[in-house]
Amino acid sequence: MTGGGTADALVIGGKTFRSRLMVGTGKYTDNETMVRALDASGAEVVTVAVRRVDLDRANETGILHHLDTDRYFLLANTAGCYTADEAIRYARLAREAGFNEFIKLEVIGDQETLLPDVAGLIEASTVLAREGFQVMAYTNEDLITALRLEDAGCAAIMPLASPIGSGLGLVNPYSIRTIKRRVQTPVIVDAGVGTASDACVTMEQGVDGILMNTALAAAKDPVAMATAMRYAVDAGRLAYLAGRMPTREIAVPSSPTSGMLE
Amino acid sequence: MTASITVSVNGQARELAPGSSLLDLLTGLELDPRTVVVELNREIVRRPALESTSVRDGDTIELVHFVGGG
Repeated sequence: MTGGGTADALVIGGKTFRSRLMVGTGKYTDNETMVRALDASGAEVVTVAVRRVDLDRANETGILHHLDTDRYFLLANTAGCYTADEAIRYARLAREAGFNEFIKLEVIGDQETLLPDVAGLIEASTVLAREGFQVMAYTNEDLITALRLEDAGCAAIMPLASPIGSGLGLVNPYSIRTIKRRVQTPVIVDAGVGTASDACVTMEQGVDGILMNTALAAAKDPVAMATAMRYAVDAGRLAYLAGRMPTREIAVPSSPTSGMLE
Repeated sequence: MTASITVSVNGQARELAPGSSLLDLLTGLELDPRTVVVELNREIVRRPALESTSVRDGDTIELVHFVGGG
């Protein structure tokens, strides 16, 4: 089961996905651990990067040897791209691999923070959406950028919880809620989630899903953390749908105040 | 006719026989064309065209594939 069950489907770019947790395939110490973590996560969407074939060790770097492409939906990214043109080039190469039209678009603006270059992101999104790509745009938590990306034809808006690989968790829940309230396009929080409580709180904001990589790959036990994340994403989704009780500053007894002994 | 041509493959100079196709290049590198995407002078060459596309001296070729990433 995922989130609110089958009636609570996640649809992006016309495709229905069975899990609201999406996971990356980078930075694992070994491929066997990665495969087991992916399995434990219950994820359907897994991200991959586009890189040169290592001509000296051609059979070692490719990820397709390790992924069951009947089971997983490959979402290629443009990680490492610093201009719109570069990201567009990588996206076209990724599509040519022949799996699908989806691209996780990253146009990075700064090496230290890996924060997005939103001008380049909007430019690349516009071009790629026109070319028929289902663009899932990695962005910051700025509402106006999210609105522009939606106007550009993106299939999903992917605001960060906090910087890539930081594990700082959801630093700006208000902005994420604001984006979710204002865009019609699915919102998938991408990057920054560190542990299960981060994932749960993020899903409780009402977003449609979470994409994470380092939180699993850099955990002491990636397989156990993948299991925790699977539950956390489901729990957060269910709690959001359930509608939490209002908070208040004073106590209210849960047991009857009448019927007490004299 | 020269004995060989020189092309750049993923930034490395490689000698090839004149008239070699992109598919010949992949075969020589023991790469499966189904898992590699080929760019010739910044233009993607689709798989069905790999065999019929010859490489010329001075061409720049990029061979990419999917690796682990987030």
